[in-house]
Amino acid sequence: MLRKITMAVMLLFCFLLQTTLFRSLAFAGIVPNLLIVLTSSFGFMRGEKEGLIIGFFAGLLCDIFFADILGYHALVYMYIGFLNGKFCKIFYPEDIKLPLALITVSDLSYGVICYVLLFLLRGRLNFPFYLWTVILPETVYTIIVTCLLYPLALFVNNRLEGFERKRAKKFV
Amino acid sequence: MSPVIKKKGEKFTIPSKYLLFALTCLCTVLMALTFSTDLFNRPLNAAVGYVVVPFQQGISKVGGWLSRRKDELVQIRQLLEENVSLQQQVDDLLVENTLLQQEKAELSRLRELYQLDNQYDEYHKVGARIIARDSGNWYSAFVIDKGEADGLEIDMNVIASGGLVGRVSEVGPNWARVTSVIADNSNVSAKTLSTSDTMIVSGDLQAMHDGVIRFSQLIDSQDSVVVGDKVVTSHISDKFLPNILIGTIHTINRDSNNLTKSGYLTPAVDFEHLEEVLVITDMKREWDDA
Repeated sequence: MLRKITMAVMLLFCFLLQTTLFRSLAFAGIVPNLLIVLTSSFGFMRGEKEGLIIGFFAGLLCDIFFADILGYHALVYMYIGFLNGKFCKIFYPEDIKLPLALITVSDLSYGVICYVLLFLLRGRLNFPFYLWTVILPETVYTIIVTCLLYPLALFVNNRLEGFERKRAKKFV
Repeated sequence: MSPVIKKKGEKFTIPSKYLLFALTCLCTVLMALTFSTDLFNRPLNAAVGYVVVPFQQGISKVGGWLSRRKDELVQIRQLLEENVSLQQQVDDLLVENTLLQQEKAELSRLRELYQLDNQYDEYHKVGARIIARDSGNWYSAFVIDKGEADGLEIDMNVIASGGLVGRVSEVGPNWARVTSVIADNSNVSAKTLSTSDTMIVSGDLQAMHDGVIRFSQLIDSQDSVVVGDKVVTSHISDKFLPNILIGTIHTINRDSNNLTKSGYLTPAVDFEHLEEVLVITDMKREWDDA
Protein backbone atom coordinates (compact mmCIF):
# COMPACT_ATOMS: atom_id res chain seq x y z
CA MET A 1 0.00 0.00 0.00
CA LEU A 2 2.76 2.40 0.99
CA ARG A 3 4.54 1.57 -2.26
CA LYS A 4 1.43 2.30 -4.30
CA ILE A 5 0.90 5.68 -2.67
CA THR A 6 4.57 6.59 -3.04
CA MET A 7 4.52 5.63 -6.72
CA ALA A 8 1.36 7.67 -7.35
CA VAL A 9 2.93 10.71 -5.69
CA MET A 10 6.16 10.34 -7.67
CA LEU A 11 4.25 9.92 -10.92
CA LEU A 12 2.21 13.05 -10.24
CA PHE A 13 5.31 14.95 -9.18
CA CYS A 14 7.14 14.10 -12.43
CA PHE A 15 4.13 14.88 -14.61
CA LEU A 16 3.62 18.25 -12.93
CA LEU A 17 7.30 19.15 -13.22
CA GLN A 18 7.36 18.15 -16.87
CA THR A 19 4.30 20.20 -17.83
CA THR A 20 4.91 23.32 -15.72
CA LEU A 21 8.38 23.98 -14.37
CA PHE A 22 10.46 22.33 -17.08
CA ARG A 23 8.38 24.05 -19.76
CA SER A 24 9.66 27.38 -18.44
CA LEU A 25 13.22 26.04 -18.31
CA ALA A 26 12.99 24.51 -21.78
CA PHE A 27 16.00 25.00 -24.06
CA ALA A 28 14.82 25.67 -27.61
CA GLY A 29 11.32 24.54 -26.67
CA ILE A 30 12.39 21.02 -25.74
CA VAL A 31 11.48 19.45 -22.39
CA PRO A 32 13.15 16.41 -20.83
CA ASN A 33 11.01 13.32 -20.47
CA LEU A 34 10.81 12.67 -16.73
CA LEU A 35 8.08 10.08 -17.12
CA ILE A 36 10.37 7.89 -19.22
CA VAL A 37 13.07 8.14 -16.55
CA LEU A 38 10.59 7.08 -13.87
CA THR A 39 9.02 4.29 -15.92
CA SER A 40 12.27 2.80 -17.10
CA SER A 41 14.12 3.09 -13.77
CA PHE A 42 11.36 1.37 -11.83
CA GLY A 43 11.21 -1.16 -14.65
CA PHE A 44 14.79 -2.32 -14.23
CA MET A 45 14.81 -1.84 -10.45
CA ARG A 46 11.62 -3.73 -9.70
CA GLY A 47 10.88 -5.94 -12.68
CA GLU A 48 8.53 -6.23 -15.64
CA LYS A 49 5.26 -5.95 -13.79
CA GLU A 50 5.93 -2.79 -11.88
CA GLY A 51 7.53 -1.22 -14.96
CA LEU A 52 4.52 -1.89 -17.14
CA ILE A 53 2.01 -0.66 -14.53
CA ILE A 54 3.88 2.59 -13.92
CA GLY A 55 4.31 3.04 -17.66
CA PHE A 56 0.62 2.50 -18.24
CA PHE A 57 -0.44 5.14 -15.73
CA ALA A 58 2.23 7.62 -16.84
CA GLY A 59 1.06 7.29 -20.42
CA LEU A 60 -2.60 7.51 -19.46
CA LEU A 61 -1.96 10.80 -17.66
CA CYS A 62 -0.39 12.22 -20.84
CA ASP A 63 -3.27 10.90 -22.91
CA ILE A 64 -6.00 12.45 -20.78
CA PHE A 65 -4.43 15.89 -20.85
CA PHE A 66 -2.77 16.18 -24.20
CA ALA A 67 -3.93 13.55 -26.70
CA ASP A 68 -7.05 13.28 -28.80
CA ILE A 69 -7.37 9.53 -28.32
CA LEU A 70 -6.84 7.67 -25.06
CA GLY A 71 -4.47 4.75 -24.88
CA TYR A 72 -1.71 5.61 -27.35
CA HIS A 73 0.88 6.97 -24.91
CA ALA A 74 -0.26 4.44 -22.31
CA LEU A 75 0.61 1.64 -24.73
CA VAL A 76 4.03 3.01 -25.66
CA TYR A 77 5.08 3.78 -22.07
CA MET A 78 3.78 0.40 -20.92
CA TYR A 79 5.94 -1.54 -23.38
CA ILE A 80 8.96 0.58 -22.49
CA GLY A 81 8.45 -0.23 -18.81
CA PHE A 82 7.95 -3.92 -19.58
CA LEU A 83 11.06 -4.22 -21.76
CA ASN A 84 13.16 -2.39 -19.15
CA GLY A 85 11.92 -4.91 -16.61
CA LYS A 86 13.69 -7.65 -18.61
CA PHE A 87 16.98 -6.18 -17.38
CA CYS A 88 16.03 -6.51 -13.72
CA LYS A 89 18.18 -9.65 -13.38
CA ILE A 90 21.43 -7.92 -14.34
CA PHE A 91 20.76 -4.72 -12.44
CA TYR A 92 22.96 -3.75 -9.48
CA PRO A 93 22.27 -0.50 -7.61
CA GLU A 94 26.00 0.37 -7.50
CA ASP A 95 26.33 0.33 -11.28
CA ILE A 96 25.31 3.59 -12.98
CA LYS A 97 26.20 2.54 -16.56
CA LEU A 98 23.30 0.17 -17.14
CA PRO A 99 20.58 2.61 -15.94
CA LEU A 100 22.01 5.45 -18.05
CA ALA A 101 22.24 3.22 -21.12
CA LEU A 102 18.73 1.85 -20.63
CA ILE A 103 17.14 5.26 -20.10
CA THR A 104 18.95 6.64 -23.16
CA VAL A 105 17.78 3.78 -25.34
CA SER A 106 14.24 4.07 -23.92
CA ASP A 107 13.98 7.78 -24.65
CA LEU A 108 15.49 7.38 -28.13
CA SER A 109 13.09 4.61 -29.00
CA TYR A 110 10.17 6.61 -27.57
CA GLY A 111 11.14 9.49 -29.86
CA VAL A 112 11.46 7.24 -32.90
CA ILE A 113 8.14 5.49 -32.18
CA CYS A 114 6.40 8.86 -31.81
CA TYR A 115 7.93 10.07 -35.07
CA VAL A 116 6.92 6.96 -37.00
CA LEU A 117 3.37 6.74 -35.67
CA LEU A 118 2.46 10.43 -35.40
CA PHE A 119 4.49 12.05 -38.16
CA LEU A 120 5.79 9.57 -40.73
CA LEU A 121 2.33 8.10 -41.26
CA ARG A 122 1.05 11.60 -42.09
CA GLY A 123 3.69 12.03 -44.76
CA ARG A 124 6.31 14.00 -42.82
CA LEU A 125 9.36 12.37 -44.35
CA ASN A 126 12.20 14.60 -43.17
CA PHE A 127 13.51 12.25 -40.49
CA PRO A 128 16.95 13.91 -40.04
CA PHE A 129 15.26 17.19 -39.14
CA TYR A 130 13.09 15.61 -36.46
CA LEU A 131 16.02 13.57 -35.20
CA TRP A 132 18.24 16.62 -34.77
CA THR A 133 15.70 19.10 -33.46
CA VAL A 134 13.39 16.94 -31.32
CA ILE A 135 14.57 13.42 -30.59
CA LEU A 136 18.28 13.96 -29.85
CA PRO A 137 17.90 17.21 -27.83
CA GLU A 138 15.18 15.56 -25.76
CA THR A 139 17.43 12.56 -25.11
CA VAL A 140 20.41 14.69 -24.11
CA TYR A 141 18.28 16.81 -21.81
CA THR A 142 16.69 13.69 -20.36
CA ILE A 143 20.08 12.16 -19.59
CA ILE A 144 21.14 15.31 -17.75
CA VAL A 145 17.95 15.24 -15.69
CA THR A 146 18.40 11.49 -15.12
CA CYS A 147 21.60 12.23 -13.20
CA LEU A 148 19.41 14.09 -10.67
CA LEU A 149 16.22 12.07 -10.77
CA TYR A 150 17.65 8.55 -10.88
CA PRO A 151 19.46 8.76 -7.49
CA LEU A 152 16.19 10.04 -6.02
CA ALA A 153 14.26 7.11 -7.50
CA LEU A 154 16.93 4.69 -6.26
CA PHE A 155 16.80 6.22 -2.77
CA VAL A 156 13.02 6.01 -2.62
CA ASN A 157 13.12 2.42 -3.84
CA ASN A 158 15.75 1.40 -1.28
CA ARG A 159 13.80 2.98 1.56
CA LEU A 160 10.63 1.23 0.42
CA GLU A 161 12.37 -2.13 0.12
CA GLY A 162 13.94 -1.69 3.56
CA PHE A 163 10.57 -0.86 5.01
CA GLU A 164 8.95 -3.88 3.38
CA ARG A 165 11.70 -6.21 4.60
CA LYS A 166 11.33 -4.93 8.17
CA ARG A 167 7.61 -5.46 8.08
CA ALA A 168 8.00 -9.00 6.69
CA LYS A 169 10.44 -9.84 9.49
CA LYS A 170 8.04 -8.52 12.11
CA PHE A 171 5.29 -10.68 10.65
CA VAL A 172 7.36 -13.86 11.03
CA MET B 1 0.46 -26.33 -14.29
CA SER B 2 -0.84 -22.96 -15.31
CA PRO B 3 0.95 -20.08 -13.57
CA VAL B 4 -2.37 -18.34 -12.98
CA ILE B 5 -3.76 -21.08 -10.71
CA LYS B 6 -3.48 -20.24 -7.04
CA LYS B 7 -1.45 -22.52 -4.79
CA LYS B 8 -2.40 -23.02 -1.22
CA GLY B 9 -1.12 -20.33 1.12
CA GLU B 10 0.35 -18.28 -1.71
CA LYS B 11 -0.74 -14.77 -2.52
CA PHE B 12 -2.58 -14.52 -5.81
CA THR B 13 -0.59 -12.69 -8.48
CA ILE B 14 -0.95 -12.36 -12.21
CA PRO B 15 2.24 -13.02 -14.21
CA SER B 16 3.43 -9.90 -15.96
CA LYS B 17 3.00 -11.22 -19.50
CA TYR B 18 -0.72 -11.82 -18.92
CA LEU B 19 -1.06 -8.38 -17.41
CA LEU B 20 0.78 -6.89 -20.39
CA PHE B 21 -1.53 -8.67 -22.78
CA ALA B 22 -4.65 -7.57 -20.90
CA LEU B 23 -3.55 -3.94 -20.72
CA THR B 24 -2.55 -3.97 -24.39
CA CYS B 25 -6.06 -5.12 -25.26
CA LEU B 26 -7.48 -2.44 -22.95
CA CYS B 27 -5.41 0.28 -24.63
CA THR B 28 -6.41 -0.89 -28.09
CA VAL B 29 -10.08 -0.90 -27.16
CA LEU B 30 -9.72 2.53 -25.55
CA MET B 31 -8.08 3.91 -28.69
CA ALA B 32 -10.78 2.49 -30.91
CA LEU B 33 -13.55 3.77 -28.67
CA THR B 34 -12.16 7.27 -28.09
CA PHE B 35 -11.38 7.65 -31.76
CA SER B 36 -15.07 7.63 -32.60
CA THR B 37 -16.81 8.57 -29.34
CA ASP B 38 -16.04 10.58 -26.22
CA LEU B 39 -17.37 8.00 -23.82
CA PHE B 40 -14.66 8.12 -21.16
CA ASN B 41 -13.73 11.75 -21.46
CA ARG B 42 -16.17 13.09 -18.93
CA PRO B 43 -15.35 10.93 -15.87
CA LEU B 44 -11.61 10.87 -16.58
CA ASN B 45 -11.44 14.61 -17.21
CA ALA B 46 -13.33 15.25 -13.99
CA ALA B 47 -11.05 12.92 -12.02
CA VAL B 48 -7.79 14.43 -13.20
CA GLY B 49 -9.34 17.88 -12.91
CA TYR B 50 -9.64 17.47 -9.18
CA VAL B 51 -6.30 15.75 -8.63
CA VAL B 52 -3.85 17.39 -11.01
CA VAL B 53 -5.16 20.81 -11.98
CA PRO B 54 -4.99 22.43 -8.48
CA PHE B 55 -1.27 21.60 -8.37
CA GLN B 56 -0.71 22.95 -11.86
CA GLN B 57 -2.52 26.13 -10.92
CA GLY B 58 -0.43 26.49 -7.79
CA ILE B 59 2.89 25.87 -9.50
CA SER B 60 2.17 28.18 -12.40
CA LYS B 61 0.97 30.88 -10.00
CA VAL B 62 4.21 30.67 -8.02
CA GLY B 63 6.24 30.53 -11.25
CA GLY B 64 4.37 33.51 -12.65
CA TRP B 65 4.89 35.48 -9.44
CA LEU B 66 8.63 34.75 -9.47
CA SER B 67 9.12 35.64 -13.10
CA ARG B 68 7.11 38.85 -12.64
CA ARG B 69 9.31 39.89 -9.69
CA LYS B 70 12.39 39.20 -11.81
CA ASP B 71 11.02 41.23 -14.69
CA GLU B 72 10.11 44.10 -12.38
CA LEU B 73 13.65 44.39 -11.06
CA VAL B 74 15.10 44.34 -14.54
CA GLN B 75 12.66 46.75 -16.05
CA ILE B 76 12.27 49.58 -13.51
CA ARG B 77 14.94 51.82 -15.03
CA GLN B 78 13.81 51.07 -18.54
CA LEU B 79 10.21 51.80 -17.60
CA LEU B 80 11.06 55.23 -16.18
CA GLU B 81 12.61 56.26 -19.49
CA GLU B 82 9.77 54.75 -21.42
CA ASN B 83 7.24 56.56 -19.28
CA VAL B 84 8.42 59.96 -20.44
CA SER B 85 8.14 59.13 -24.09
CA LEU B 86 4.81 57.39 -23.58
CA GLN B 87 3.37 60.44 -21.84
CA GLN B 88 4.19 62.41 -24.94
CA GLN B 89 2.49 59.77 -27.02
CA VAL B 90 -0.61 59.83 -24.82
CA ASP B 91 -1.06 63.52 -25.48
CA ASP B 92 -0.78 62.99 -29.22
CA LEU B 93 -3.14 60.06 -29.16
CA LEU B 94 -5.71 61.96 -27.14
CA VAL B 95 -6.02 64.46 -29.93
CA GLU B 96 -6.19 61.69 -32.50
CA ASN B 97 -8.75 59.83 -30.45
CA THR B 98 -11.20 62.70 -30.38
CA LEU B 99 -10.97 62.90 -34.13
CA LEU B 100 -11.54 59.19 -34.47
CA GLN B 101 -14.44 59.29 -32.10
CA GLN B 102 -16.17 61.79 -34.32
CA GLU B 103 -15.50 59.56 -37.28
CA LYS B 104 -16.84 56.53 -35.42
CA ALA B 105 -20.10 58.29 -34.70
CA GLU B 106 -20.32 59.05 -38.37
CA LEU B 107 -19.51 55.45 -39.25
CA SER B 108 -22.25 54.04 -37.04
CA ARG B 109 -24.70 56.50 -38.53
CA LEU B 110 -23.74 55.34 -41.99
CA ARG B 111 -23.91 51.71 -40.91
CA GLU B 112 -27.41 52.23 -39.67
CA LEU B 113 -28.17 53.79 -42.97
CA TYR B 114 -26.94 50.70 -44.77
CA GLN B 115 -28.40 48.36 -42.16
CA LEU B 116 -25.11 46.57 -41.67
CA ASP B 117 -24.65 44.67 -38.45
CA ASN B 118 -21.44 45.23 -36.57
CA GLN B 119 -21.36 41.93 -34.72
CA TYR B 120 -17.71 41.26 -35.55
CA ASP B 121 -16.30 43.28 -32.72
CA GLU B 122 -18.74 42.15 -30.10
CA TYR B 123 -17.64 38.65 -29.16
CA HIS B 124 -17.98 37.67 -25.51
CA LYS B 125 -14.64 36.70 -24.06
CA VAL B 126 -13.32 34.95 -20.97
CA GLY B 127 -9.74 35.44 -19.81
CA ALA B 128 -7.75 32.35 -18.84
CA ARG B 129 -4.26 31.57 -17.65
CA ILE B 130 -2.06 28.83 -19.15
CA ILE B 131 -1.20 26.38 -16.39
CA ALA B 132 0.52 23.52 -18.22
CA ARG B 133 2.02 22.75 -21.60
CA ASP B 134 2.30 19.58 -23.64
CA SER B 135 4.26 16.82 -21.91
CA GLY B 136 5.96 15.79 -25.13
CA ASN B 137 7.85 17.76 -27.73
CA TRP B 138 5.80 16.81 -30.79
CA TYR B 139 2.61 18.82 -30.56
CA SER B 140 1.98 22.16 -28.86
CA ALA B 141 -1.22 21.87 -26.89
CA PHE B 142 -1.62 23.56 -23.53
CA VAL B 143 -3.99 23.51 -20.58
CA ILE B 144 -5.83 26.59 -19.28
CA ASP B 145 -7.41 27.12 -15.87
CA LYS B 146 -11.00 27.64 -17.02
CA GLY B 147 -13.40 24.83 -17.87
CA GLU B 148 -16.97 23.76 -18.10
CA ALA B 149 -17.82 25.63 -14.89
CA ASP B 150 -16.88 28.89 -16.61
CA GLY B 151 -19.02 28.15 -19.65
CA LEU B 152 -16.31 26.77 -21.92
CA GLU B 153 -17.18 24.26 -24.62
CA ILE B 154 -15.26 22.24 -27.17
CA ASP B 155 -14.44 24.17 -30.38
CA MET B 156 -14.53 27.63 -28.80
CA ASN B 157 -11.90 29.90 -30.34
CA VAL B 158 -8.93 31.12 -28.33
CA ILE B 159 -7.12 34.40 -29.04
CA ALA B 160 -4.28 36.39 -27.52
CA SER B 161 -2.84 39.80 -28.30
CA GLY B 162 -5.22 40.23 -31.23
CA GLY B 163 -4.37 37.00 -33.02
CA LEU B 164 -5.73 33.48 -33.22
CA VAL B 165 -4.11 31.00 -30.82
CA GLY B 166 -6.23 27.93 -31.45
CA ARG B 167 -9.39 26.24 -30.33
CA VAL B 168 -10.56 24.37 -27.25
CA SER B 169 -10.26 20.66 -27.98
CA GLU B 170 -11.17 19.14 -24.63
CA VAL B 171 -12.96 20.40 -21.53
CA GLY B 172 -12.87 19.25 -17.92
CA PRO B 173 -14.78 20.78 -15.03
CA ASN B 174 -12.03 23.26 -14.17
CA TRP B 175 -9.59 22.95 -17.06
CA ALA B 176 -9.57 22.91 -20.84
CA ARG B 177 -7.05 21.86 -23.45
CA VAL B 178 -6.28 24.25 -26.30
CA THR B 179 -4.88 22.91 -29.57
CA SER B 180 -2.86 25.73 -31.06
CA VAL B 181 -2.78 26.62 -34.76
CA ILE B 182 0.97 26.00 -34.88
CA ALA B 183 0.58 22.37 -33.76
CA ASP B 184 1.44 19.82 -36.42
CA ASN B 185 -2.06 18.31 -36.30
CA SER B 186 -3.98 21.56 -36.87
CA ASN B 187 -5.55 22.94 -40.04
CA VAL B 188 -7.47 26.21 -40.36
CA SER B 189 -9.38 27.60 -43.29
CA ALA B 190 -8.21 31.15 -43.88
CA LYS B 191 -8.41 34.05 -46.33
CA THR B 192 -6.44 37.15 -47.13
CA LEU B 193 -7.96 40.28 -45.67
CA SER B 194 -7.48 42.43 -48.74
CA THR B 195 -8.61 40.11 -51.53
CA SER B 196 -10.61 37.38 -49.70
CA ASP B 197 -8.69 34.60 -51.45
CA THR B 198 -9.09 31.43 -49.39
CA MET B 199 -6.33 29.06 -48.29
CA ILE B 200 -5.57 26.36 -45.74
CA VAL B 201 -3.23 27.23 -42.89
CA SER B 202 -1.64 24.15 -41.34
CA GLY B 203 0.66 23.95 -38.36
CA ASP B 204 4.04 22.37 -39.05
CA LEU B 205 6.70 21.48 -36.51
CA GLN B 206 9.45 21.91 -39.06
CA ALA B 207 8.24 25.34 -40.22
CA MET B 208 7.59 26.49 -36.67
CA HIS B 209 11.25 25.90 -35.96
CA ASP B 210 11.85 28.94 -38.20
CA GLY B 211 9.00 30.88 -36.55
CA VAL B 212 6.48 30.52 -39.41
CA ILE B 213 3.44 28.39 -40.27
CA ARG B 214 2.62 26.82 -43.61
CA PHE B 215 -0.29 27.71 -45.87
CA SER B 216 -1.39 25.96 -49.04
CA GLN B 217 -4.10 25.77 -51.70
CA LEU B 218 -4.26 29.50 -52.21
CA ILE B 219 -6.01 30.18 -55.51
CA ASP B 220 -4.84 33.54 -56.67
CA SER B 221 -4.96 33.66 -60.43
CA GLN B 222 -4.56 37.44 -60.59
CA ASP B 223 -1.36 37.48 -58.51
CA SER B 224 -2.87 40.05 -56.18
CA VAL B 225 -1.69 38.47 -52.91
CA VAL B 226 1.69 39.82 -51.89
CA VAL B 227 4.14 39.37 -49.02
CA GLY B 228 2.93 41.27 -45.95
CA ASP B 229 -0.80 40.77 -46.60
CA LYS B 230 -2.85 40.04 -43.51
CA VAL B 231 -4.40 36.56 -43.27
CA VAL B 232 -7.58 36.05 -41.22
CA THR B 233 -9.87 33.10 -40.52
CA SER B 234 -12.34 32.58 -43.32
CA HIS B 235 -16.10 32.34 -43.44
CA ILE B 236 -15.88 28.69 -44.62
CA SER B 237 -14.84 27.04 -41.35
CA ASP B 238 -17.47 25.50 -39.09
CA LYS B 239 -15.34 25.93 -35.99
CA PHE B 240 -13.44 29.17 -36.37
CA LEU B 241 -15.21 32.51 -36.26
CA PRO B 242 -14.49 34.69 -39.29
CA ASN B 243 -12.04 37.59 -39.45
CA ILE B 244 -9.71 36.70 -36.60
CA LEU B 245 -6.14 37.60 -37.49
CA ILE B 246 -3.82 34.62 -37.96
CA GLY B 247 -0.71 36.32 -39.28
CA THR B 248 0.95 38.02 -42.23
CA ILE B 249 2.30 36.40 -45.38
CA HIS B 250 6.03 35.74 -45.11
CA THR B 251 6.83 33.93 -48.35
CA ILE B 252 4.66 32.87 -51.26
CA ASN B 253 5.44 30.31 -53.98
CA ARG B 254 3.57 28.97 -56.95
CA ASP B 255 2.87 25.23 -56.70
CA SER B 256 4.08 22.87 -59.38
CA ASN B 257 0.49 22.38 -60.60
CA ASN B 258 0.50 26.07 -61.63
CA LEU B 259 -3.01 26.55 -60.21
CA THR B 260 -2.50 27.06 -56.51
CA LYS B 261 0.06 28.78 -54.36
CA SER B 262 1.59 27.92 -51.02
CA GLY B 263 4.08 29.44 -48.65
CA TYR B 264 4.58 30.57 -45.08
CA LEU B 265 2.90 32.95 -42.63
CA THR B 266 4.38 34.80 -39.70
CA PRO B 267 1.89 34.18 -36.86
CA ALA B 268 0.42 37.22 -35.10
CA VAL B 269 0.84 35.65 -31.66
CA ASP B 270 4.12 35.05 -29.88
CA PHE B 271 3.50 31.41 -28.97
CA GLU B 272 6.67 30.99 -26.94
CA HIS B 273 5.85 33.63 -24.36
CA LEU B 274 2.13 33.06 -24.08
CA GLU B 275 0.81 33.31 -20.51
CA GLU B 276 -2.76 34.54 -20.69
CA VAL B 277 -5.31 33.92 -23.42
CA LEU B 278 -8.88 34.99 -24.15
CA VAL B 279 -11.51 32.39 -24.97
CA ILE B 280 -14.33 33.62 -27.20
CA THR B 281 -17.48 32.08 -25.75
CA ASP B 282 -19.54 32.73 -28.87
CA MET B 283 -19.61 29.67 -31.09
CA LYS B 284 -19.64 29.67 -34.85
CA ARG B 285 -22.77 27.51 -34.84
CA GLU B 286 -24.81 29.82 -32.59
CA TRP B 287 -23.44 32.76 -34.47
CA ASP B 288 -24.80 31.35 -37.69
CA ASP B 289 -28.20 30.68 -36.17
CA ALA B 290 -28.54 34.14 -34.72
